[in-house]
Amino acid sequence: MKINVPHIAKLANFPLSTEELKKFEIQLEETVKHVESLSTVKTNGIEPTSQVTGLENVTREDVAKPSLTQEEALSNTKSKHNGMFMVKGIFENEA
Amino acid sequence: MKLNQLTLKQAKEGLRKKEFSSLELTNACLEEIKRLEPKLNSFVTVTEETAIEDAKKADKAIADGVDLPLLGIPLSVKDNFSTKDVRTTASSKVLNEYIPPFDSTVVERLKNAGMVLLGKTNMDAWAHGSSTETSDFGPSKNPWDTKRLTGGSSGGSAGSVAADQTIAAIGSETAGSIRQPASWCGVVGLKPTYGRVSRYGVIAMGSSLDSPGPITKTVEDSAVILEVLAGKDELDATTSPKPVTDYSKQLKRDIKTLRIGISNEYFITGIDKEVEEKVKEAIKKLEEAGAKIENIKLFDPKYAIDVYTIIQRSEVSSNLARYDGIRYGNTREYFGEEAKRRIMFGTYALSSGYYDQYYNKAQQVRTVIIDDFKKAFEKVDVIIAPTSPSLALPVGSTKDTSMFGEIADVLVEPSSIAGLSGINIPVGLSKSGLPIGMQIIAPQFGEEVVLSTAFEFESITKGEDWRRLKPQL
Repeated sequence: MKINVPHIAKLANFPLSTEELKKFEIQLEETVKHVESLSTVKTNGIEPTSQVTGLENVTREDVAKPSLTQEEALSNTKSKHNGMFMVKGIFENEA
Repeated sequence: MKLNQLTLKQAKEGLRKKEFSSLELTNACLEEIKRLEPKLNSFVTVTEETAIEDAKKADKAIADGVDLPLLGIPLSVKDNFSTKDVRTTASSKVLNEYIPPFDSTVVERLKNAGMVLLGKTNMDAWAHGSSTETSDFGPSKNPWDTKRLTGGSSGGSAGSVAADQTIAAIGSETAGSIRQPASWCGVVGLKPTYGRVSRYGVIAMGSSLDSPGPITKTVEDSAVILEVLAGKDELDATTSPKPVTDYSKQLKRDIKTLRIGISNEYFITGIDKEVEEKVKEAIKKLEEAGAKIENIKLFDPKYAIDVYTIIQRSEVSSNLARYDGIRYGNTREYFGEEAKRRIMFGTYALSSGYYDQYYNKAQQVRTVIIDDFKKAFEKVDVIIAPTSPSLALPVGSTKDTSMFGEIADVLVEPSSIAGLSGINIPVGLSKSGLPIGMQIIAPQFGEEVVLSTAFEFESITKGEDWRRLKPQL
């Protein structure tokens, strides 16, 4: 089976070089082939497990607690404006 | 004996009896870090200034009669634990300049217990690997032979303990990242049950697997640190409300009531002969001390490689989607090759049309593995097996491999997938002078029996010659 590596790279938000695309195509196929051994394990009617200790619906009181200050929240960004994160526009006509 | 060579227990006793100060102890560690870093590269960041300040504060507290479990004890912490005001990179250039504005729960608990932070240890970038070779800051070298790897991903933590650059260290394990480097470096590495220790503020890898834990010189030291770390945390909904035991007071047990399970499936084809021999000898010693040995059959660990690869890489791809360079860190171009490879596979496995075939199937086989262990633990209290099928491998071993980490950790993956408790303890050295480790696995929340079995082995082999050997650096 052929993996659409450019499509996966787009989903993963990676701008990959042609060289990288080629390399990952080979390696992804190797890995897919490896994990296919699982198809020999019978799992009909077996429930999947995602939480191993069996905790369910863990909640806490819905009360506001002290959190990061605006200054702290912005302390690691390279791009801020007027006390906010600044990001690229998402509509076509924005810069 | 130099102060930095002390165990945690010895260091605590010396501080209590005022034989030396925390400042002297901390300086001894800092000097050893300075001397050995050019050879070992155990640390990404050394926090010398704050360590000295904290040691002075600890000395004052000790003089005032304050008694805390880690008061004045220098520790090193893996660089994926957020530390307020101290750079935290997870050994990736994506986070090269990242300074967290908050502490992870683990670090907060260690600080509340009085620790002196020496620095942040090197690891595989994002904890993706079993070698530290994927670190963007270069690999850590094994103190027993600097041409060899420490293992990983908590390689810097394990190496810093083995080389006496620190009194003890903190690592984290997704599948093998505490036990395997502990095995290759000849130290004690405890992987607690999933949910026993909070993941809050730990840079996430596989969220259904990640388990922080201590890496130490002795089993008793491990118990002391686990007592500080373990317990429910409101900030991590997957932590368990089960009460925490006084692990360090429950180390002695009646070995004659202990049932140990041995599974042939864990002495896999291709395993290093010396590893096999030493682990079997170690089991024999426990048998001679009175433990009952049972041969059991376990689900072939080779399937765990695939279950782990799918679950972990899927969760990695989701967790690492947040690194977009907007709120903190650099852009996604800064990701190294291993992280890209894992994110790409995880993205593929979770992409439309493949979820059932991969992630769901892997979670079903996870149930099979959990049930298999449950059945085994009806007959035995613990399972003992080699931790790693090989001795520490030479620097460069991971080059051009697409699944090095996942394949190297075949023997620790099944128990991680099932969220069990486990430990690596050293059992001897190879003829070439490299450490060999064995793992003791118990059911979920079985830390008490894991530690008491490990303590028993440590006690009965106390007088053996290899225990007196140290890395020559």
